[in-house]
Amino acid sequence: MTQRARIIGDLVWQRLIAILEDQAQTLIRTAFSTTTREAGDLSTGVFDRRGRMIAQAVTGTPGHVNSMALAVGHFLARFSLDTLVPGDVLISNDPWLCSGHLHDFTVVTPVFHGGRAVGAVANTVHMVDIGGLGFGTEGRDVHEEGLCIPIAKLAHGGALDTVLLESIAANVRAPDEVTGDLHSSMVGNAQAAARVSELLADYRLDDLEAVADAIIARTRETVEGRIAALPDGEYRNELATDGYDHEVLLKLRLIIDGRTMLLDFAGSSPADTRGINVVLNYTAAYAVFGVNCVLNPDIPCNHGSLAPIAVSAPPGSILNALRPSPVSARHMIGHMLPDLVLGALEELLPVPAEGAGLIWNPSLRGVGSDGRQFSMVTFNAGGAGAQTDRDGWNATAFPSGVRTMPVEAVEASVPVLIRAKDLRADSGGAGRQRGGLGQTIVIEGDAANLGELLVNPMFDRLDHPARGRSGGGDGARGQVRLRSGGALPGKGRYTVPPGDALVLDLPGGAGFGPPVERDPAALAADIADGYVSSAEAWTGLRKP
Amino acid sequence: MTVRLGVDIGGTFTDVAVEEGQQRWSVKVPTTHAAPETGVLDAVARALAAAGRTLGDVSLLVHGTTLATNALIERKGARTALLTSQGFRDVLEMGSEGRFDQYDLRLVKPVPLVPRRLRFAVPERLRHDGSVLVPLDAAATADAARAMAAAGVEAVAVTFLHAYADGAHERQAREILTREMGAVPVSVSHEVSPEMREYERTSTTCANAYLQPVVGTYLLRLEAALKARGLAGAMLMILSSGSLTTVATASRFPIRLLESGPAGGAIFACDIARRLGLERVLSFDVGGTTAKFCLIDGGTARAAQAFEIGRTYRFKKGSGLPVRVPVIDLVEIGAGGGSIARIDAVGRIAVGPDSAGSEPGPACYGRGGDDATVTDCDLMQGKLDPAAFAGGTMPLDAGAAEVAIDGALAATGLSTVNAAYAVTETVTETMAAAARVHAAETGTGLEGRTLVAFGGGAPLHAARFAARLGIDHIVVPEGAGVGSAIGFLRAPLAYEVVRTALLQLPDGALDGVRAALAAMAAEATAVVTQVAAADSLTVQRAALMRYQGQGHEIAVPFDLDADTPGFGAALQGEFETVYRRYYGRTIDGCPVEATSWTVRVQQHAAAPAAAPPEAASHPATPNRRRRVYDGDAEVWQDWPEYDRAHLQPGAAAAGPAIIAEDETTTVVPAGFAFRIDGARFIHLMRRQP
Repeated sequence: MTQRARIIGDLVWQRLIAILEDQAQTLIRTAFSTTTREAGDLSTGVFDRRGRMIAQAVTGTPGHVNSMALAVGHFLARFSLDTLVPGDVLISNDPWLCSGHLHDFTVVTPVFHGGRAVGAVANTVHMVDIGGLGFGTEGRDVHEEGLCIPIAKLAHGGALDTVLLESIAANVRAPDEVTGDLHSSMVGNAQAAARVSELLADYRLDDLEAVADAIIARTRETVEGRIAALPDGEYRNELATDGYDHEVLLKLRLIIDGRTMLLDFAGSSPADTRGINVVLNYTAAYAVFGVNCVLNPDIPCNHGSLAPIAVSAPPGSILNALRPSPVSARHMIGHMLPDLVLGALEELLPVPAEGAGLIWNPSLRGVGSDGRQFSMVTFNAGGAGAQTDRDGWNATAFPSGVRTMPVEAVEASVPVLIRAKDLRADSGGAGRQRGGLGQTIVIEGDAANLGELLVNPMFDRLDHPARGRSGGGDGARGQVRLRSGGALPGKGRYTVPPGDALVLDLPGGAGFGPPVERDPAALAADIADGYVSSAEAWTGLRKP
Repeated sequence: MTVRLGVDIGGTFTDVAVEEGQQRWSVKVPTTHAAPETGVLDAVARALAAAGRTLGDVSLLVHGTTLATNALIERKGARTALLTSQGFRDVLEMGSEGRFDQYDLRLVKPVPLVPRRLRFAVPERLRHDGSVLVPLDAAATADAARAMAAAGVEAVAVTFLHAYADGAHERQAREILTREMGAVPVSVSHEVSPEMREYERTSTTCANAYLQPVVGTYLLRLEAALKARGLAGAMLMILSSGSLTTVATASRFPIRLLESGPAGGAIFACDIARRLGLERVLSFDVGGTTAKFCLIDGGTARAAQAFEIGRTYRFKKGSGLPVRVPVIDLVEIGAGGGSIARIDAVGRIAVGPDSAGSEPGPACYGRGGDDATVTDCDLMQGKLDPAAFAGGTMPLDAGAAEVAIDGALAATGLSTVNAAYAVTETVTETMAAAARVHAAETGTGLEGRTLVAFGGGAPLHAARFAARLGIDHIVVPEGAGVGSAIGFLRAPLAYEVVRTALLQLPDGALDGVRAALAAMAAEATAVVTQVAAADSLTVQRAALMRYQGQGHEIAVPFDLDADTPGFGAALQGEFETVYRRYYGRTIDGCPVEATSWTVRVQQHAAAPAAAPPEAASHPATPNRRRRVYDGDAEVWQDWPEYDRAHLQPGAAAAGPAIIAEDETTTVVPAGFAFRIDGARFIHLMRRQP
């Protein structure tokens, strides 16, 4: 490679990421789905002719990272690039081909340059509704969970397939919002594709091939080099979660063999009858995310960073669920995978203690005094695990990239009162480094405007706390109860009568290192600030 | 008596510009951080001496300062306490509950301005419509006040839930706090930032309280000192929105003084745009640490309602403190002359966002810095004259630059000069990417814009930057070194207020909105008429609007009477027009809503200075020649070099060329030509490829 080609290659790489980031930000600004705009639950990427991902936006959720990278291969297998014409747009929301549940649509648009298809741009966006039972655990199979669109052309040479679009609109509860988001995805892809072509023109390149080869080879070389620097061997971990109505066991063998890594989930629980199952794409997405957080946080994501890490899980297990298993709330299991993977890497790399993991997102429903039905999901984070050298973050989402919504905005849109949303003292696991605190939330219907408040919970770590590392204490378990008393389970449905309230104590993160090694000044500061209620409480936290 | 003074306290220098008619004098002195008024008084005296005037001749002094910004970033404000609604003690700390970087487990979240031990919650609660759910517990509030006093608190912030809808509880709490604590300043959220979203409002109110003692006492000291020295004219403060207000208002709301220096730079560019009749402008201000961009349409800078202060973690969005006040919509990224180059994990050359600053500065400064910076790379390519840097007062060490570049980048396999070229191309690409994103976010595009380049680093990189964005015309103004201080003198006398009042369109009840708009106009008018005559005012209004279900609002200016029938439908029409401009389409069938409203009351703008007379074109004569590296062709070339001071109006030449002056260097690559206009501004024109 000449010096100039090398310099241009880096500049093109930088610009590709910028083009995709721009597209991602536009999608967030226009999105109707709260998970897309508040959680950044989307991804955008550019692919070469072989369907290999060359670059991806910095913004995006782990759940879409790896899954979209695999999805585009399926799209190009179904519709060869050379059969596509400018103005063609492909879509699908098939959980097994895309990102694991029906709410996520992947949209793929070919990039034309010099009259030839030189690659594709794609994005995945979470839709506000997909019909069926709606977002949740209650489906008994994927058909109950809503509408599934196989890989199909949504536009033919610039002409929209109105039958397809109208079919989607007819099957969802919010047709304007869903078709609006699909339009935004198409417009965003078209703009990104045009910018990729401009970029090639600016640097007088005919296609993406040489650039793609260099990006992927250099990234792969770096990632493989880092894997090779770890000692070969087999590293195990397992993690139990509350599951829907019985414990779910997740087992991992992490095998390092030279320059490759295999994550094998054999021995994990079988698929569940409820919608907490995970397709292999999504398992891979969160498992590889866990590895990359500690091994490759500084490496741009592309085919070269993903390929050296292989993922397998037994077909029919909860981590490789087969059709027609229900999968809508697959994040409930998927979000536990980074803790599972980090634990397996404990001997090899500095990794944090376990955290709350799953976001607590109660879905609130009811009928207001104006007769209007409402439904709203709020996002709330527990505590993060302590790190080797610092305390865990209080009330901070990990691995999800979600942000919470302002209480004021929630109360302005639905007849609900959130009476408290405060850090939960003594919930962080004890340790040389303290686990992050969970939070306590008190929710009630606004009695003046609402009868019963219905709540669909999706909570975990009620029975299985975040576990401490290197002698650190566990984080506090989550608890759910009514203000009037009486514990509630983490899944199912609740009714909160007028005058009563739902009290959620979100789990804390676990501690790192022996609590006796805690800096006395840090403990005194924690007590002064009320993160720890007293020296006695701290002593109590030290006991598992 | 038409002498006017602009005074800009920056992080490194304090600039004073004196204007009388068409004449201007300026002085630059080091900022005296311990007592900033010392440097100001010194610089003012020197500038007035140069002009042959005294403070008694000054009709208007306009002041902007980084004091508030620095106090926040360096955490040197008051010991501040926070009073909240029961159940919401930790809003300030929990924030969005998110992480601003998906993969970085080591990221550091911003530390709250008020530690938990100084956050007090009392029984009190409003509904979102302002109705009372739980009355304020006066006894608990008094207890909290006594605890604050015992803890040595110097300022208090009060943010109750939904106080944007009704401020009665906050006012009641302020009375109790004042009764119990005496003269401690109290900032209440419904006055500082009356908008929905408790985290942003709490953050803004706490920052205001945190700044009030330090900024308030400084302004009192400065005003007293200036008056003692004979200042008889008005003293006004420049706000982050680029408009002016009184010292009294600034002391109550010091949060509005943030970013006044960059705002001055944007106004400076606005004035140039108006003077030259440039309809669409992108201002481009590059210093040692950051690059700043601002879109200017019709001579007016874009406005925004929020920004983030102190992005301490790699300049990342989300790593700072959110502040919701009216502000000029500036984008600032960590890319400047001192930005450090290195090889990243996958072997790419990466530049910034960290900077060597001015101490020790780039390796070539010879002050012990050994990082390879953008300035080192400019020098290595021959774009800077090592003997003439900063007017010859600071010779540059090319050998040190070469050692630093080799040390940082040799592993790329690139020659030293190619590595230097790759660094300047990379940082230019970073700046271009930020400008593209900003143009896209604001729905205004970059096509047909003129670039106004100022600050030490902008003219060096403006041409490559412009070419990347498809911009064909660049203006390098005179006086760029004290651009903010000059900009202050062009600022309009104006005040904005923002307030939340939900309105469902097209038929929602308008009572609340009408009341809010009237109250906002009254509030802003009261501030402006402290100085301006009531009959000289114009009122501009905008609604922040979205489709119901979206989370992002766009600002929709409107000139409609909310009291007339059909207001809702007409406003919806305005929204659809703006939405289409941003996103290319509308979403028919989806209901539209307005969430917040802005009202700006402004004194009628003065007519801009006349455009400079055209001068007859003549070929410019080079002063010398310089060896410059052309990285595109990988060859060293012999470029003509011009001293800007010797270029007369009308002088013109084709690139490649270098135009040198004390404060900066303008690079005119092949493919560009330059011309000097009647005001001695440099114009660069790109020839169509």
